[in-house]
Amino acid sequence: MSAATTTASGTRPAQPAEGRMAGRAFAFWLTDYRRVWRGTIISGFLSPLFFLVAMGFGLGALVDDGVAGGVRGLDYVQFIAPGILAAQAMQTAVGESTFPVMGAVKWHRLYDAMLATPLGIADIVLGHVAFVAMRITITSVAFAVVAVALGAIGSWWVLLAVPAAVLTGLAFTTPVFAFSVSQDNDGGFNVLFRFIVMPMFLFSGTFFPVEQLPVALELVAWATPLWHGVELCRGLVTETATLAGSLGHAGYLTLWVAGGLWLAFAGFRKRLVT
Amino acid sequence: MSAVSALARALPIPAGAGMARTLVERNARAFRHGWVTLVSGFFEPVLYLFSLGVGLGALIGDIDAGDGRMIDYAAFVAPAMMAAAAMNGAVFDSTFNLFFKLKYARLYDSVLATPLGPRDVAVGEITWALLRGLLYSTAFLAVAAAAGVVGSWWALLALPAASLIGLAFAAVGMTVTTYMRSWQDFDYVQLALLPMFLFSATFYPLSTYDESIRWVVQITPLYHGVATIRDLMLGDVGWGILGHVLYLTVMGLVGLVLAARRIERLLLR
Amino acid sequence: MISAHQLTKRFGDFTAVDAIDVEVRRGEAFGFLGPNGAGKSSTMRMIGCVSPPSGGALRILGMDPATDGPAIRGRLGVVPQRDSLDEELTVRENILVYGRYFGMPRRVVNEKADELLEFAQLTERANSVVEPLSGGMKRRLTIARSLVNDPELLLLDEPTTGLDPQARHVLWDRLFRLKRSGVTLVLTTHYMDEAEQLCDRLVVMDGGRIVAEGSPRELIALHSTREVLELRFPADDHAPYAAKLTDLAQRVEVLPDRLLLYTEDGDATAAAVHDRGLAPLSVLARRSTLEDVFLHLTGRTLVD
Repeated sequence: MSAATTTASGTRPAQPAEGRMAGRAFAFWLTDYRRVWRGTIISGFLSPLFFLVAMGFGLGALVDDGVAGGVRGLDYVQFIAPGILAAQAMQTAVGESTFPVMGAVKWHRLYDAMLATPLGIADIVLGHVAFVAMRITITSVAFAVVAVALGAIGSWWVLLAVPAAVLTGLAFTTPVFAFSVSQDNDGGFNVLFRFIVMPMFLFSGTFFPVEQLPVALELVAWATPLWHGVELCRGLVTETATLAGSLGHAGYLTLWVAGGLWLAFAGFRKRLVT
Repeated sequence: MSAVSALARALPIPAGAGMARTLVERNARAFRHGWVTLVSGFFEPVLYLFSLGVGLGALIGDIDAGDGRMIDYAAFVAPAMMAAAAMNGAVFDSTFNLFFKLKYARLYDSVLATPLGPRDVAVGEITWALLRGLLYSTAFLAVAAAAGVVGSWWALLALPAASLIGLAFAAVGMTVTTYMRSWQDFDYVQLALLPMFLFSATFYPLSTYDESIRWVVQITPLYHGVATIRDLMLGDVGWGILGHVLYLTVMGLVGLVLAARRIERLLLR
Repeated sequence: MISAHQLTKRFGDFTAVDAIDVEVRRGEAFGFLGPNGAGKSSTMRMIGCVSPPSGGALRILGMDPATDGPAIRGRLGVVPQRDSLDEELTVRENILVYGRYFGMPRRVVNEKADELLEFAQLTERANSVVEPLSGGMKRRLTIARSLVNDPELLLLDEPTTGLDPQARHVLWDRLFRLKRSGVTLVLTTHYMDEAEQLCDRLVVMDGGRIVAEGSPRELIALHSTREVLELRFPADDHAPYAAKLTDLAQRVEVLPDRLLLYTEDGDATAAAVHDRGLAPLSVLARRSTLEDVFLHLTGRTLVD
């Protein structure tokens, strides 16, 4: 009580402008994460590891003995490892941007609680996006370490592939934030997972080159952020990237991040401040 | 369905009023409001089939079906997708959906205030999971046949086989769900399912594994499910298939008894 | 309708219901009054045949819940403490599906649904989903749903808890109508006004035991005085004032914010208080209620 009385008399801390306090929102999510991180190890780390082993080594044995003898002159496991790195970033990003966002809007009203403090919309969105970026970074680093240890990735360029994967993830995070905040129930997520994320996972060059698709589908694949993410990561770790190509992919992904962020700001404002 | 409930009645499991069908009716009604989910459930195995069959098939070419016969990779992987879809669908219904109804919607609190008993709940929910599964399996089989990867009329028996896989996993999934405390526990379900999906001779033949570890694969239920459906779809039917069927049947019945008991303990305290 | 003898419910070491005896007769409205945790809901669950008794004998509609659960439940209506409506269905479907659980033919349930929606004043919301309904509407739907099988015995656990005053009165009106049409009502409540309004007979429960039984009027006559004088003094502690006034009333209760003087004539007692030169902030003379009965029997208030 007495503390409140003192600050009321003029020593209340000054508040920075909106958008400069995202760190506070980030700190909240971090605290929350300390409680539940164990479960996320499974979905965020073991899943891609299982995929790498099953597809890369098990199925890889068939592919390497197959008609084409590997893919683009690579062992299948080397082809697929960067693909899974990027795809995992997408999966983590979408997972962290759907139910948690809806939960914070609707079930736990966390955003409302934050808005009742000096934090503004920009702080809330940026703080939460930063947290998702951290989650993507953790799983990407862990996966990269294991892929290197298993010999699936053998280049120092992996150090750049990890940020590339995080960028890929963010290209999904911000648009999905905008989508999630606009939803009234989780029915839309089912559509998102089943009709958008899953097809992208299977057809955006993760498991086989998109050139094998019919031309029309190949064009669609080119438009997906995941294909650009996969190509960027793969180019780096297999040391086949060109500077222009890599910058092109990264630029395209950045456009998605920025566009999504713009939509997310608008969506959050519409939903939370009326 | 009446076979399931007759079977349930013959077993030492908790009381019911033989009215499980009304719960199935309830689920069907609820589902009409969520038809998108119904449609989407069909897509996943078909997408996998095309991704693996068309995309990877071109890289792999023909493979040894196990008896020296060379077959198209798509024909090899299609039965596995059907079996895995049966497993995934049944587990999703009996874990995720059931947990929601149990803990959040509190559906069964009101159901048990009527003549229905815990056995009706267990039988009703599993029956519903199986009906949905049958719908997906049938659609998948039609697509697979149209894609030319079905080699025999035996494949029609893959439909009941897929239901059997569904029964086995739904019953066990339901039992497991009654022990769950929070959504975080579902990560452990995932931890059991994903390796099974990836390693149960689904995407490549058992012979890929070193002989010393093959038995690990062979004790998983999905291995038996995949083997059954693969034999049927490839028309490669022998007595060995009965062993797989027996494994899944026992798993389903034991699961059913345990699930109904657990539901009774959970709801009728 | 209900006959319980030495009925007991234990959860581990905790005894929720401790050897109670209850008789409920056809056509009456019977209440369990008590604070949260008194064992009311556990008793209701046993009567509803969804919780096996740990001891004692229980017969409902002349049958044994242990062996005839489905048959008994087929003739009961249950309104649980928390609305357990099916949120995946519409208002009307909630009634339809529930009727089907009782094995009623579709045609019959369809007609019944229209009638019940009318009764619950929800006809206009029939095809709405359940989620956006107000608390009062949900409660009425829960009650309508519980009536789908024309129950002989309706169990209501805290029927109006959490509702605003207007919604409560609408609900009480519906329950009166049911009673008039011959349905036996058994309800729990921790609101004494609700118990007084609705119950012909009630038991007061505390700590799993029955501490009193009778009609509301009998209970008041037996355990309280005709009137009560409530006094508020400008002090944090009312006990010193109580000491000065004990001889003016049959009994004095000290609450955190006021004194209760139990007396046959409130106004006369108020005058006597003033004669002693005491000036309370507020003075209220009122009739005794079940709240006073409960306070007298247990030394605690019902709603804390």
